Amino acid sequence: MTSLLDNVFNGLALGAVYALVALGFVIIFKASGVMNFAHGSLLLLGGYLTAVLHDDLGFAGALAVSVLVTAAVAGAMDRFLLQAGGGPDPHTAHVQTIVTIGVDILIVTDLSRRIGGDLLSLGDPWGDSVSGLGPVTVADSRIAAIVVSAVVIAGVFALFRYTTWGLSLRASAEDVEAASLMGVRLVRVRMLAWCLAGALAALAAVFLAAFPAPGLERTTGQIALKAFPAAILGGMASPPGALAGSLLIGMTEALVAGYQSDLHVLGEGFGDVAPYAVMVLVLLVRPTGLFGGKAAVRV
Amino acid sequence: MPEAPPDDEPALHVEGLDVTYGRALSALRCVSLTVPHGTVVALLGANGAGKTTLLRAVSGTLRLHRGAVTAGRIRYGTTDLDGRDPVAAVRAGVVQVPEGRRVFAGLTVDENLRSGGLGLGRRRPDQVAEARERVFTLFPRLAERTRQAAGLLSGGEQQMLAIGRALMAAPRLLLLDEPSLGLAPQMVYRIAEVVREINAQGTAVLLVEQNAGMALSLADTAHVLEVGEVRLSGPADELARTDAVKRLYLGETDGTGTETAQRAGTTEGQGAA
Repeated sequence: MTSLLDNVFNGLALGAVYALVALGFVIIFKASGVMNFAHGSLLLLGGYLTAVLHDDLGFAGALAVSVLVTAAVAGAMDRFLLQAGGGPDPHTAHVQTIVTIGVDILIVTDLSRRIGGDLLSLGDPWGDSVSGLGPVTVADSRIAAIVVSAVVIAGVFALFRYTTWGLSLRASAEDVEAASLMGVRLVRVRMLAWCLAGALAALAAVFLAAFPAPGLERTTGQIALKAFPAAILGGMASPPGALAGSLLIGMTEALVAGYQSDLHVLGEGFGDVAPYAVMVLVLLVRPTGLFGGKAAVRV
Repeated sequence: MPEAPPDDEPALHVEGLDVTYGRALSALRCVSLTVPHGTVVALLGANGAGKTTLLRAVSGTLRLHRGAVTAGRIRYGTTDLDGRDPVAAVRAGVVQVPEGRRVFAGLTVDENLRSGGLGLGRRRPDQVAEARERVFTLFPRLAERTRQAAGLLSGGEQQMLAIGRALMAAPRLLLLDEPSLGLAPQMVYRIAEVVREINAQGTAVLLVEQNAGMALSLADTAHVLEVGEVRLSGPADELARTDAVKRLYLGETDGTGTETAQRAGTTEGQGAA
């Protein structure tokens, strides 16, 4: 029997990892208007690279390489496939969205062939150790997930607010033509956004494959499907919204799983459906998402 | 005009420009005009005449509208601008203020101003501070609202911010697209003053306007575009006296003096269009 505190903590940890993925979705959508359906495959690629490299490079080295390579793959995919025309064309975001589905199929098919039915260990340093935090006992990997996510997400928000890239991204998300007239390098700003999202996905893979999960499977990438409702219910183009949405989804999933026995009227495995149920409920009340209200505009 | 190296006093030369949208719709045909250094040139014409298209061709944003330069040249000083991206124009010192203000509504006034300098890459902090100081001197009201979201400013303040944002890139040629659009008469008068002030500081201005009275009162020379072609060109005061311009753009039917026409145009905002 798990206590409420246990469930809340698990929810927090899940939400923190979903936030890494959802933030990637949102950054890409904000920068390019594209829903990146290949996000799950990027996550799987990142996890796979860490898994095969950690014997030789150690965990930290493997993770660093995996983050860089995944970022490069995401950036290249945007630059050479989606922006192949040599510049952003705001009229074709939906076409590019469809292209990401194709890319997803390619990457997932190849990685599935490589992974097969195996469970790959990522060689993370936390193993299956647990710590007592007051009344609750929690996996060290989950504490790490919360701490690392918090630091990385704070870093990403700082990038948005304080860097030239962040300002360029927010300006072009508001009005691509006006930003272009200011001399914002749209192609580069957008490509860097994809790189960042890829890096976040590779990082998230570590925590999704770590204890208590059994390891990296070929289906791990589908976890991105849970970050999807998190991004949508946050408002799709709002980074704080993605954060709030992820915590809501993580918490829902943990609580539903924790009290499954009390919820058996809903059937087995309701935890998997719960994120979507929450998304639908939120969107019924706020169709633009939690933070997706119209920008303040006075004309 | 004193003799000077071309880059010190660059002029915008548009020669025989053809622009086509979507490979089919011809928007400009053989348009030529010059904006000499330090002058104000007005570009008049009805909706759809191609005024904005010309600005897009100069600033390099035709691509975003699926347009392309199919013939002709655009040069600013020694820099070729046709077929280049907007970064090239900004770097050459040519900055466009888009029609309808287009400030970044969700960003603060301060961030909007910072965004104006994005095309120049890394700049020394004192250069940025100097540009800001210039903007705040022109528009003291913006200095009071640096932390406010740009979308919450009034229309006139947004127009000021849009111009201030462009000035952050320290342009030598400012392209203004309908700065008086949708503004109260008093604000139109204020914007005209600002354009005069910016020009007095040494920045050339290519002014696209439907408010012909205002534009002609500011400009040294003017061109009238009709359906993609230049119909009339000449000194602004001469053009203001021609019957065609009076009738079509200054809204006069009884042939009274230019003086009243200008004032009417200035105070009635869109009335002149």
